[in-house]
Amino acid sequence: MDKFNKKDYKKYSDKKVPNPPYLKNMLIAFLVGGIFCTLGQIITNILKSNGLDNEMAAAGTSISMVLIGALLTGLGLYDKIGKVGGAGAAVPITGFANSIVAPAMEYKREGFIFGVAAKMFTVAGPVLVYGIGGSVIVGLITLLLR
Amino acid sequence: MALKKIGAQTRKMENPPSILSYYSIVGPKEGEGPLKDYFDLILEDDLWGQESWEKAESKIQEECVRYAIDKGGLSSENIDYLIAGDLINQITPSSYSARQLSIPYYGIFGACSTMTQSLSLGAMLIDGGFADYIACAVSSHFSTAERQFRFPLEYGNQRKMSAQWTVTGAGTTILSSTGNGPYVKYITTGKIIDPGITDSANMGSAMAPSAIDTLVNHFQDTGLDPSYYDLILSGDLGYVGKDILMDLMKKKGYDLSKNYTDCGVEIFDKFEQDTHAGGSGCACSAVVYNGYVFKEMAKGKYNRVLLMSTGALHSTMSTQQGESIPGIAHAVSIENTKE
Repeated sequence: MDKFNKKDYKKYSDKKVPNPPYLKNMLIAFLVGGIFCTLGQIITNILKSNGLDNEMAAAGTSISMVLIGALLTGLGLYDKIGKVGGAGAAVPITGFANSIVAPAMEYKREGFIFGVAAKMFTVAGPVLVYGIGGSVIVGLITLLLR
Repeated sequence: MALKKIGAQTRKMENPPSILSYYSIVGPKEGEGPLKDYFDLILEDDLWGQESWEKAESKIQEECVRYAIDKGGLSSENIDYLIAGDLINQITPSSYSARQLSIPYYGIFGACSTMTQSLSLGAMLIDGGFADYIACAVSSHFSTAERQFRFPLEYGNQRKMSAQWTVTGAGTTILSSTGNGPYVKYITTGKIIDPGITDSANMGSAMAPSAIDTLVNHFQDTGLDPSYYDLILSGDLGYVGKDILMDLMKKKGYDLSKNYTDCGVEIFDKFEQDTHAGGSGCACSAVVYNGYVFKEMAKGKYNRVLLMSTGALHSTMSTQQGESIPGIAHAVSIENTKE
């Protein structure tokens, strides 16, 4: 083949890839994400009406949502929700649970040490490292500014 | 003296090896696709009673080779070489399959181009007088490829529009020094062409330039025109790569509009099966050749075909290190008559 410019080829080949249905995807992501958030709000309200204060209710909600995400992953449903819901399924805390449970299930065959335990954080690991790392830095800056 | 070498990259078989038998096994999804009536065995469960996807892939390849040998009226002791490959690290599915088969074995890796790589090497070994019967086999499995190259199966994410769906299955062709055809006539070995694509979810774009290079060399070396063939098939360029190939070949003066298609485009129904840019994997071209093409050649629908499996020779490591994806394509021409 003739020498061709790699940049030009990239531009040319990008045009050959069809665009995803952005509007439809965004609408569904909004709906799916909204459903998860509404579910979270319902749980918060129930916990509060049973006498928990704001902080405790928030913690209880997070724990419950993680359980729901993990359960849906274990039942083989979350990948289907994620496929349709996109960011609406990935961004809520249920998506975080999915990103940990999915590799844990997948790598069970490599054993409990090098499989489940070692691979559990292959997807969520970067989020944890930079999330926790970032919060420590912000905390330090806040401390110094006080 | 390389007497059988014609042109830059093509070899002409002096005594064209004959295709004695062939067999194809596919998973449930492929078994619901447009070519479902052509496959020899459609699995109901893609784990096939095994403990892991990798073991299942190995079993699929092994059984496929056994069935093909049976169909040819041979036993495994008759086979001089098994030339096999797949997509998984260190090609373990092929080696574990070969462990059971006990046939002298060359394990090869050409990513999704492995089927025509295997056919090319097999044909040369036979034409060179080194073997009478050779089993050329490949396999791929959606679930083994997915966990190696992408995400865990239960992880909820959306696939890109350019992403392709790895075909679960295996194909085996038994080549023979004698027989009534169809015959392997020419082989054109591809060079690696790397157009600089770094997105591993856009392999069609990464492989198309190498496919174009191999096709152009094939036509230049043999002096043939695309219209010589009843069917020209690329392996797994998918919708994106097929579009690029047809477009750029036209610019070079080759009209492929009448007799060219891609196995990745044909194997799934993109609207019904939601496979985005089409099928991919070693088995994608292998099951279409061994399921559809050879059967239709036997019926006389096609007499001259050019098969060209295409491979993207990257790894997860090379992609993470920002390396672009090298493409490769090997062409093998198959004809019903010897001359």
